[in-house]
Amino acid sequence: MSVAPDHTPRMERLRPAERLGQAAPYLLVPVLVLLGWLAIGSPSSWLTLTVSGLAMGMMIFVMASGLTLVFGLMDVINFGHGAFISLGAFLGISVLLALPGWTAADSLALNLTAVLLAIAVAMVLTGLVGWGFERVIVRPVYGAHLKQILVTVGGLIVIEQLIHVIWGPDEIFLTRPEALKGAVTFAGAALEKYRILAVGFGLVIFVAMRLVLRRTKIGLIVRAGVQNGEMVETLGYRLRLVFIGVFIAGSALAGLGGVMWALYQEVITAGMGERMMILVFIVVIIGGLGSVEGAFIGALLVGLLQNYVAFLEPKLALVSNIGLMTAILMWRPQGMMPVVKAK
Amino acid sequence: MLNTLLSGDRPRSLVLTALLLGVLISLAFAPFLFPGVRSLETAATICIFILLVASYDLLLGYTGIVSFAHTMFFGLGAYGVALASTHVGRGWGALALGTLAGALAAAVLALVIGLFSLRVRAIFFAMITLAVASAVAVLVSQLYQLTGGEDGLTYRIPRELTPAFRLGEVFGVRITGKILNYYLIFFCCLALFLLLLRVVNSPFGRVLQAVRENDFRAEAIGYRVVYYRITATCLSAAVAALAGSLYAIWLRYVGPDTTLSFEIMLDILLMVVIGGMGTMYGAVLGAVIFVLAQNYLQNLMGVAADAATGLPLLPELLDPNRWLLWLGVLFILSVYYFPAGIVGRLRAGR
Repeated sequence: MSVAPDHTPRMERLRPAERLGQAAPYLLVPVLVLLGWLAIGSPSSWLTLTVSGLAMGMMIFVMASGLTLVFGLMDVINFGHGAFISLGAFLGISVLLALPGWTAADSLALNLTAVLLAIAVAMVLTGLVGWGFERVIVRPVYGAHLKQILVTVGGLIVIEQLIHVIWGPDEIFLTRPEALKGAVTFAGAALEKYRILAVGFGLVIFVAMRLVLRRTKIGLIVRAGVQNGEMVETLGYRLRLVFIGVFIAGSALAGLGGVMWALYQEVITAGMGERMMILVFIVVIIGGLGSVEGAFIGALLVGLLQNYVAFLEPKLALVSNIGLMTAILMWRPQGMMPVVKAK
Repeated sequence: MLNTLLSGDRPRSLVLTALLLGVLISLAFAPFLFPGVRSLETAATICIFILLVASYDLLLGYTGIVSFAHTMFFGLGAYGVALASTHVGRGWGALALGTLAGALAAAVLALVIGLFSLRVRAIFFAMITLAVASAVAVLVSQLYQLTGGEDGLTYRIPRELTPAFRLGEVFGVRITGKILNYYLIFFCCLALFLLLLRVVNSPFGRVLQAVRENDFRAEAIGYRVVYYRITATCLSAAVAALAGSLYAIWLRYVGPDTTLSFEIMLDILLMVVIGGMGTMYGAVLGAVIFVLAQNYLQNLMGVAADAATGLPLLPELLDPNRWLLWLGVLFILSVYYFPAGIVGRLRAGR
């Protein structure tokens, strides 16, 4: 009996061009920041714009991450996602407005407690609404994109109108808690405190999300489900439950994004979610539908570009994002980091 | 003769035939049957929306693509006429130039969007059209030197189409330029509607339906799905722009609220779904019912809200401004329980 031949599998090393292709999306953000520096000239305005661009990008990422995961996992495209953004903002701001003593006090601890309480209330309630939304609106139309789009648009209208019914038709103005007002000066540039906080907070969310997705069992199941749902179900995992969990988490994150955005803009309207959805869609398309990292990079690009262009040529701000989307789709038609589906 | 006009696509239901005939006769003789400024206004709006909804149905119902940019194409046609009338001057030439330029611009824009989004995934199309349409709406309100911004543009159209032009009396109704204008719109809409009916019943239309049912199989049989989807998009955009031009000729005013707003997009979606996706006749019924309801039912809601004062929550829910809430609920329910719309129900119940 002959011995089986030695079999030593060997991983082929990637060629430099392939490595560059993989890293290219990550390089786009520094490249854009550099280009912004060259175009703007004045370092202090550049720094201000970069921080606000990053802050905006982080907030858009928080809103977009749920949408992209929901799509990746179950092929469900939720046009009603914007409603959760508005709802979260209204819930969170109602909590803040109900605690004037805490937000107006000159104490960082009380201020932060109020904000965190607002965020917690907004996330829990939007998560619950998201659960109901999944049961009532989305579940009957699994697998039919056309109906999904129509029905979730209907859901968006209904939730928006209910916000009008509950909170009245007018926009609500608010002021940030004392500790988050004002700006710090750094290297001659005025940086708003809240924007710095938003950048930090967004980074924490991104890192936490990545840890959950990469280091925990549930994250493993989610990632496997995005790649090949049928196989995961064959192994005995109930992907339906996982999906509902992801949908609820995505809605709660949209609510969180809504609160952050409301504190950034200092005004809330029922239509704010619908308007944010335009940027969110651009982000998930250029990131690659289903990819969290792609959405993160896409959100940063959109936020930075929007702020730079708004400074250089205000009228082109929204058009510049369409231009960015066009350019990226010409380069990679599936988005920057397409999710490889094993089908 | 009739069969040729309808391209062999008969209503196939007695009730539907009666309803369609009723609509046709009412619209054809609207100035004589329902005299008055407001009813003529309603009739013209119905004509234009029938055409607009039919062109959208070509996309949604026949090809199975969701677009949120239909009002953008509608607006392109309207602004084409407005800009030509403002800059070229009052005249028929300006109307023709504006109409053609609007339709061409809409078709080209649709081609570009289609090339970018339909190439990869049909689902991108819905999101990209939403983004592009909102960018265009923002741009229109920002470029106020050109477009008049939020205020819009008012302009003059040939005198023969305005109320100042008088021709005499027929059946006790004074024939003015406004009535001529109405008939211009009526016959243009009728002709374009029959053209759309011809398109969807042609071999090309069959392929579109095959793409809707199963794009993978259609590709396997040998039809380039992308080309068919893009062609349908361009065609539908061009017809929407023509409808927009007619609307601009009728109103003698364009503004973002009357042509570009997202609310009109929702109205169109609702009309298609209520009337019945995938049938041109659905567009007729959907538009008629919806426009009538919008014009007369909102008053009723106001009355109901007044009657409910004092009760908790009900007055806010019935407020005429919450009209969209009920539309949204109706929309969801009709997609679930009524996917074939009125026409589908009538044909099935034959």
